[in-house]
Amino acid sequence: MTTMTMGKALNAGLRQAMLDDEKVVLMGEDIGTLGGVFRITDGLKDEFGAKRVIDTPLAESGIVGTAVGLAFRGYRPVVEIQFDGFIYPAFDQIVSQVAKLHYRTQGRVKMPITIRVPWAGGIGAAEHHSESPEAYFVHTAGLRVIAVSDPQDAYRCLRQAIASDDPVLFFEPKRLYHHKGEVDLEAPLADAPPMGLARVVRQGADATIITYGAMVSTALDAAAAAEDEGVSLEVIDLRSISPVDYETVSASVRRTGRVVVAHEASREAGVAAEVIASITEYCFEYLEAAPVRVTGHDIPYPPAKLEKFHLPDLDRILDAVDRVLDRPHSLSGADAKGDQR
Amino acid sequence: MSPHTSPIVDTQNDLELTERILAPDGTRVPNPQLDRWIADIDFQTMRELHRDMVVLRRIDSEGVALQRQGQLGLWAPCNGQEAAQIGTGRALAPRDFVFPSYRETGVMYTRGAEPGDYVRMWRGEDGAAYDPSRLNIAPLQIIIGAQTLHAVGYGMGILHDGADEVAVTYFGDGATSQGDVNEAMIFASSYRAPVVFVCQNNHWAISEPVGLQSQYPLAGRAPGFGIPSLRVDGNDVLACMAAMRWALDHTRSGKGPAYLEAVTYRMGPHTTADDPKRYRDDAELAQWRERDPITRLEAYLRAAGELTDEHLVSVQKAADDVAREMRAACIGMQTRPALAVFDRVYAEPHSGLQRQRDDYAAYLASFEEA
Repeated sequence: MTTMTMGKALNAGLRQAMLDDEKVVLMGEDIGTLGGVFRITDGLKDEFGAKRVIDTPLAESGIVGTAVGLAFRGYRPVVEIQFDGFIYPAFDQIVSQVAKLHYRTQGRVKMPITIRVPWAGGIGAAEHHSESPEAYFVHTAGLRVIAVSDPQDAYRCLRQAIASDDPVLFFEPKRLYHHKGEVDLEAPLADAPPMGLARVVRQGADATIITYGAMVSTALDAAAAAEDEGVSLEVIDLRSISPVDYETVSASVRRTGRVVVAHEASREAGVAAEVIASITEYCFEYLEAAPVRVTGHDIPYPPAKLEKFHLPDLDRILDAVDRVLDRPHSLSGADAKGDQR
Repeated sequence: MSPHTSPIVDTQNDLELTERILAPDGTRVPNPQLDRWIADIDFQTMRELHRDMVVLRRIDSEGVALQRQGQLGLWAPCNGQEAAQIGTGRALAPRDFVFPSYRETGVMYTRGAEPGDYVRMWRGEDGAAYDPSRLNIAPLQIIIGAQTLHAVGYGMGILHDGADEVAVTYFGDGATSQGDVNEAMIFASSYRAPVVFVCQNNHWAISEPVGLQSQYPLAGRAPGFGIPSLRVDGNDVLACMAAMRWALDHTRSGKGPAYLEAVTYRMGPHTTADDPKRYRDDAELAQWRERDPITRLEAYLRAAGELTDEHLVSVQKAADDVAREMRAACIGMQTRPALAVFDRVYAEPHSGLQRQRDDYAAYLASFEEA
């Protein structure tokens, strides 16, 4: 075990993937000489050369579109989109090309492309530098969507994503890049849990908090705070948001009967809506209360100084826990208000 | 302010500036730039090019007929563009890889497509019509210009592999307005990727004239990206072949990408869902009929005493045979069973899709039990 930041773990994961398979090539803006604006590709150009660590022109559709061509030729491109808000110019190439070519060709053409996205808020960034676009990609058949939450997972899941024959949207929480954790660099990939599996990061009995990405640590903080009040919360890190591991989720919900789903992305037609709809289908008879979402608001991502009012925090999660536990909460007595809607 | 739509690249004078080997009346025109690239083309090869174009036109008319008879959901005719597609397609080596748009029926033909390949996608049986590795041609692309980037990425892979191959991409004049085509030229130029861009300027992007896409000849853009280009008469099969050979040679010899603008004309509608009478006048069409690529080569061969009636009869029979096979393949296609809609969305198991598949299988089975 080695203690390292998530950024270093991702760097180690890329390096190992490149050592494992010479068909792995990295592409993106500023990833070579600079090592990426977050330094995730630091040193890789020196080690593997400019042919495998490719600095690209500033054109996101061009980056993903040329990755498609490389995949046609048997390469496994790992693309870095510099910031989450810059992924939209590449949207067509991702959803119309990367996602569909395997299906269109009945599996004759594989698109083993990993699209790394420095992702979501909490760093006080400029406009377009903190967004949560994951639901767009969850909604697109043909893509897998992974969100990591600690250095160990980042190292392992990134290697799994690159090794996968399917295209993977790989979301890396920017605010965790400098968070440290234990990473086992030696463990064989074959022994690791598949990247599609959720994990129970804290066991509890009274309610289940389901989340992913940087919100996992917020949920754990909430669980620790709830424990002081005698409430036992289970926390599930989905890890994969397409597909969602409903076996793990359902097993937990059937024990606790109460669910809160939390994410940074805005609410309408988001991942929480999907997860709660599925839980309602699969475990309705086990539910003791209506599941509750804690999400970003349905607003354009706010300026940095207002960001804290948008991102779900510990208190908003605890308020939702109070709702599913039928304890006094911010919407207590809201039924009358609800009637006026 | 409304866009200025007078198509300045479409004036008679401008057309005369395209590179050609055969004039519209079939007269041989000396062309110092292109002649050396077809020095080896004898009359026998020209008769084969003629046969290819006749067969292609027959494939195309059969596609339209099959659509009108309800056998195809849609068809994108290439009538009028036979020289541009056959001339450039026949210049390729089998190892080269093509990234086409949806209108490249003739390029498919030159790559050895089987009769069913032309219609499988348009009939709605399959998202892609054929095995790309069998024809060395990517699935037909409907998103305008997206395939140009794929060609460049493939070309970057060729460079990486040190292979003696070229990636070729075909697109129309409308596509040149797309960001992807411009990004593709930037990437190709920056990495000196072995890519040949073939723009078939057929003058109309559905109802929009080329003058709305460009106020300057499209081949003139490429040098701005550092890519040499040629503007050829797209209805002259010899000029198209010569220009493509130049472009392939340039690219194969490590000098980076090349760009062709084949100036041609889409004689029919954009697709069978389109009505060109609403946006273009008959006089324009009549003018272009005078430049028909097939009659042009016929006139040249006949004047040279190299075209016999027997040959024409055998060519027509070959065309009818291909059309008959295409029709039989089309009508004989077997639609896959219902659960096939779930096949190969992913390369590896996906629990969410597996659940949906199981649910749908159970639903279908419920009819059998009832």
